[in-house]
Amino acid sequence: MLLMALKKVLQTVFVLFIVSVASFSLLKLAPGDPVEIMLGSEYSAEAHAALVRQLGLDQPLVTQYLDWLGNFVTGDWGTSYIARADIFTYAFVEALPVTLTLAAFSLGLAVVLGVPLGVLSAVKKDTAWDAGAAVFALTGTAFPSFFLGILLIWVFGVKFGLFPVMGFVPPWEDFWGGLYHMILPALTLSTYFIAMIVRLTRATLVEVLAQPYIAAARARGEPGWRVVWVHGLRNIAMPLVTIIGLQLGTLLQGAVLTETVFSLPGAGQMITSAVLGREYGVVQAGVVMTATLFVLVNLAVDLAYPFLDPRLRPR
Amino acid sequence: MQTSTADPLLSVSGLTLHRGARRILDGVDLSLGRGETLALVGESGAGKSTIAVALMGLLRPSEARIEGRAELAGEGDLFGLPERRWSGLRGGRLAMVFQDAGAALNPCFTVGSQLTSVLRRKLGLGRAAARARAVELLDSVGINDAAARLSAYPHQLSGGMQQRVMVAIALACNPDLLFADEPTSALDVTIQAQIVRLILDQTRARGASCIFVLHDLALASQSCDRIVVLYAGQVMEAGSSAEVLKAPRHPYTRLLKSCVLEIGTARLEPPAGGVPPWEEMPAGCRFASRCPRALPRCAGEKPPLTQEGGRALACWNPE
Repeated sequence: MLLMALKKVLQTVFVLFIVSVASFSLLKLAPGDPVEIMLGSEYSAEAHAALVRQLGLDQPLVTQYLDWLGNFVTGDWGTSYIARADIFTYAFVEALPVTLTLAAFSLGLAVVLGVPLGVLSAVKKDTAWDAGAAVFALTGTAFPSFFLGILLIWVFGVKFGLFPVMGFVPPWEDFWGGLYHMILPALTLSTYFIAMIVRLTRATLVEVLAQPYIAAARARGEPGWRVVWVHGLRNIAMPLVTIIGLQLGTLLQGAVLTETVFSLPGAGQMITSAVLGREYGVVQAGVVMTATLFVLVNLAVDLAYPFLDPRLRPR
Repeated sequence: MQTSTADPLLSVSGLTLHRGARRILDGVDLSLGRGETLALVGESGAGKSTIAVALMGLLRPSEARIEGRAELAGEGDLFGLPERRWSGLRGGRLAMVFQDAGAALNPCFTVGSQLTSVLRRKLGLGRAAARARAVELLDSVGINDAAARLSAYPHQLSGGMQQRVMVAIALACNPDLLFADEPTSALDVTIQAQIVRLILDQTRARGASCIFVLHDLALASQSCDRIVVLYAGQVMEAGSSAEVLKAPRHPYTRLLKSCVLEIGTARLEPPAGGVPPWEEMPAGCRFASRCPRALPRCAGEKPPLTQEGGRALACWNPE
């Protein structure tokens, strides 16, 4: 078991290596000579050479990569010349927690709403309820989230004034205030996921409920709710967790639009403005952060498998 | 059908079951005395398992439409019971051993949790008491090192072990009536006899009744007190095992018996022809289309199940 976990971790390290090389290349491939940009329009050849040496650009690529990696790991991510701020503070300390909060609330909402709706559809298969849930799920997946966001802002924010439509309150400082500010953005971002989880839960549970062990559970007098919510749900945990892990990437992409619509100072908005302002250093930070997050979450999913399905545990 | 005892545990009359337009069971009558073992015998598609599943109340209204009565002593008509009452009976007075124990045990829960949850819910035992009882039960069905097996997952056990666990779960609350739905068909031949023996010994030791679903006439007659021969959802013939096997009166029983004998002479052919598709099922006796003794009236008119000296027969032209 430990060996299997170690293998997964090594795999992840390798993926992270590829991510880091790709991110490093991003700066190298960016158009324009950074030295020229830093020196301005008039400079001497000596000044140019001195800065090249100072920045280590005369070193072989491997050395440059290792330097860059060392800086990155120690939190030295460079300076943003537009925000005039340390990129590490800007991206990692300020922006990332906002996005993580949004993603966590959205995911939580998607699970809390999506799983019960999917279970009900599976149990009431081929009824009006099931058909209604299917229509909702299809609409949810087809509806662009930014449009829904604007709609929600208009209805709940402007028309009824029930929820704030912009700004971020850290939930670790004020949980209810944070929740209050997160409701509309999280709802916007999670519609797609609610719909997807409804459909996945329904499809997998319908299959599980037809299994002999479900009939056997009923045959030994397990009450109906336990048959579905314990014996049934326990057996769909694995596909559910897998899909949540894999869809995290889509969630982070969706965060870009949602953060823009709701003016949340998160990593999505940061990446958007960095791309528009051609701030490659910030873009790089965004890429590394989101890629690493995705890879780590999927590592966690992989490591969770043996706990979710005993058959995957080595004897 | 004639009740074998004056006070039957279960008596089923006119059990008819539809799945969509298909009439899977067509007016099945059975009865079962206390402590009696009854075998339901027939080819696949005869509706043997369906009878067991219907009497356990495991079919949802959306899956099947059920007519008829099934009187369980002390409960009245089972088909009139609300779901809540059913789930009280299941695992308590009614229990079932499934065909493929490997598929009938939940892969995500340990053997112990699946066994103790019945004990705790039905008998109201505490955690420790349920565990102790579970060890006793596993021990009684011939599982070595029972205490250690409680924490095993089903996939860590052999097929025979899994079926023993299934039997232990079914017997956990001393049921009055145990259904055993082809409990050995997923097992190695060498273990099959052991499991049948185990189920019979355990149910007899508890004074429980047992309905065995089998397709093997020879095994049925050896192990059970009485036999009900089914064909395509109709009862063809019923009676004590010895009599039915010795002197079958229904042409279908005779055909089944000839298959048993032919195994001895190395001819393993299924009964001549097969069950006709549902669209071509005769309106009368469903066996009419394959019957060597069929009369013109057989296909159109269903013969009634008539009683005669403890035996029952549904045939216009018996032997």
